[in-house]
Amino acid sequence: MLFRVLRKEAVADLFGLLAESNRMVAPVQSGLDCLGSPLYAFKEVTDYYEISLTYTTTKIPAKKFFMPFRETMATFIVAGKDWTKKIDLNIDRPFVVFGMHACDINALNKLDKVLLGNFYPMPYYAAKRKNMFIVGIDCVPQPYCFCRSMGADTALHGFDIFLTDLGDHYFVEILSDAAFNFLRQLSVSEPAESDHALYVKTVSAKNNKFSVRVDTTDLTKILDMEFQSEVWEKWGKQCLSCGTCANVCPTCYCYGVDESVGLDLSRATKTKLLYSCNLIDFAEIAGGHNFRPESHSRLKYRYYHKHRGFVEAYEEALCVGCGRCGEACLAGITVPEVIASVRDQES
Amino acid sequence: MDSSVGRLKTYLGVPISKPKVAFFELTSCEGCQLQILNNEATLLEFLSLIQIVNFREAMSERSDDYEIAFVEGSVTRSDEVDRLLKIRRNAKTLIALGSCACFGGVNQLKNRLDPYWVSKEVYGNSSVETNNKAKPLEAFVQIDLMIYGCPVRKEEVEKIVTNLVIGKEIHHLKYPVCMECKANENICLFDVGEPCLGPITRAGCDSWCPNSRAGCWGCRGPADAANVDEMKKIMAEKGFDENILIDRLECFGGFAPYIEELRKGLPDEA
Repeated sequence: MLFRVLRKEAVADLFGLLAESNRMVAPVQSGLDCLGSPLYAFKEVTDYYEISLTYTTTKIPAKKFFMPFRETMATFIVAGKDWTKKIDLNIDRPFVVFGMHACDINALNKLDKVLLGNFYPMPYYAAKRKNMFIVGIDCVPQPYCFCRSMGADTALHGFDIFLTDLGDHYFVEILSDAAFNFLRQLSVSEPAESDHALYVKTVSAKNNKFSVRVDTTDLTKILDMEFQSEVWEKWGKQCLSCGTCANVCPTCYCYGVDESVGLDLSRATKTKLLYSCNLIDFAEIAGGHNFRPESHSRLKYRYYHKHRGFVEAYEEALCVGCGRCGEACLAGITVPEVIASVRDQES
Repeated sequence: MDSSVGRLKTYLGVPISKPKVAFFELTSCEGCQLQILNNEATLLEFLSLIQIVNFREAMSERSDDYEIAFVEGSVTRSDEVDRLLKIRRNAKTLIALGSCACFGGVNQLKNRLDPYWVSKEVYGNSSVETNNKAKPLEAFVQIDLMIYGCPVRKEEVEKIVTNLVIGKEIHHLKYPVCMECKANENICLFDVGEPCLGPITRAGCDSWCPNSRAGCWGCRGPADAANVDEMKKIMAEKGFDENILIDRLECFGGFAPYIEELRKGLPDEA
């Protein structure tokens, strides 16, 4: 990895350089909540001054730019007895995501394993993800962040540039040729020994700011032991089965497919819709049988997929500890509390 | 003009017959029927799929020869019961169109009030012929399909009619409005201090109201796994009086089975 330092003011130039020939996605303030705190969202932007690099956490991750909530997979023209299919991967130019936190970068790395590393890669995801350029940015741990517990508080790969705020300048980590070539056009300098020291100090100060953690020690085994635990029913009783946790999750990728015929009977569309394992018909099959008709069994399987099954398959959880699901859950179901309650059954 | 004459419709080479369709309204604002007519961009294509023989909002011809009947509105008078029974006898498929037909709709708000007071408040001393209670179609006849919403969403009606015509199964979404609201990337109304029934109301409206920053009032009735108990707790935690929840749940009649239980928990009305 190459390191540089960049003056704070020069970040606008970096944005401008990238925006010349790319579509830019960045965190912006989308409103205020009822307590007057800012709400943030990833949006497509053209102006550097619209964006907010000191954002906390966006309510919804940037996943919509590589895995839209609704996406047309194919359109069909029906003529006589015959039909033709047209596939569009729905991207003409790559996105630059300008200002992504480590948790969200790690989420993309996890999605890559599932959707690109598989024997059958997902073309709709690959087309958007392949040439995506990512500028990472450091963050301040929020009261709901447990990324450190999930090993997702720093990004080791999956970005082109990562910026860490060192006061009047940014410490720049460079991971790609493209990033190096962009930065060559700006006034960047080699970091001094004092910059290295300041970087290490900044990162360690951040590490002391986490207020919530999840104990993942032997978690796969504990989840196996507590499969029948009544604690799941407690959470199930609370769950609204509304799917919000999956929709705000940067790593949830499950989807359903809807096929509809146009009014003139000569067109048809196949649409991919992101789905959630908490929805009542997630495990409903042809003929109407539902393998998980009860809310608690659906909630349980969500945790088993993320913190047990995925760990066994990939040696890491399908969770980056961003805390969005717990923040968005109106019923107040949070990952740290659910996992702690399951662990408690063992003590 | 007989609109069945003309080019034969086919789908994947299979001839498609245009079903004879009738639209009726009982006690309602007729807004659901207007929604269908309102979609000029696709109206001609919609009309080419079916043969409409009865549609008071749109034409003067009348016929009792139809296969599919769309009935909007709730039943509030005895003559409406007779009309509905006749429609049921004539139609192979009877579709309840909109919240009034499905649940009683806004009209059923009067059901828990003194009928004399209601009549006096609205009509003064004029005489009114009424059954006193506004009821959904289901209270009198068997319904084959419900199309939810106040008003119905025209895109949904078009999709349902297309599937009826080509013989494709019709599925209602089982999940709540939150799914669509998140897909539309709306700010959660609870974040901005507004009550919303989105977490328990059946989706299919594409989060119509929350898209305009207005909380959901549950016009489509409960989602398949609606957790009303938890919704009650959430509303209380967010500082909303229980009456605010009950007002919303009661507005369109879809949550009627839950209301009685909730009312029991309230202090006696003065």
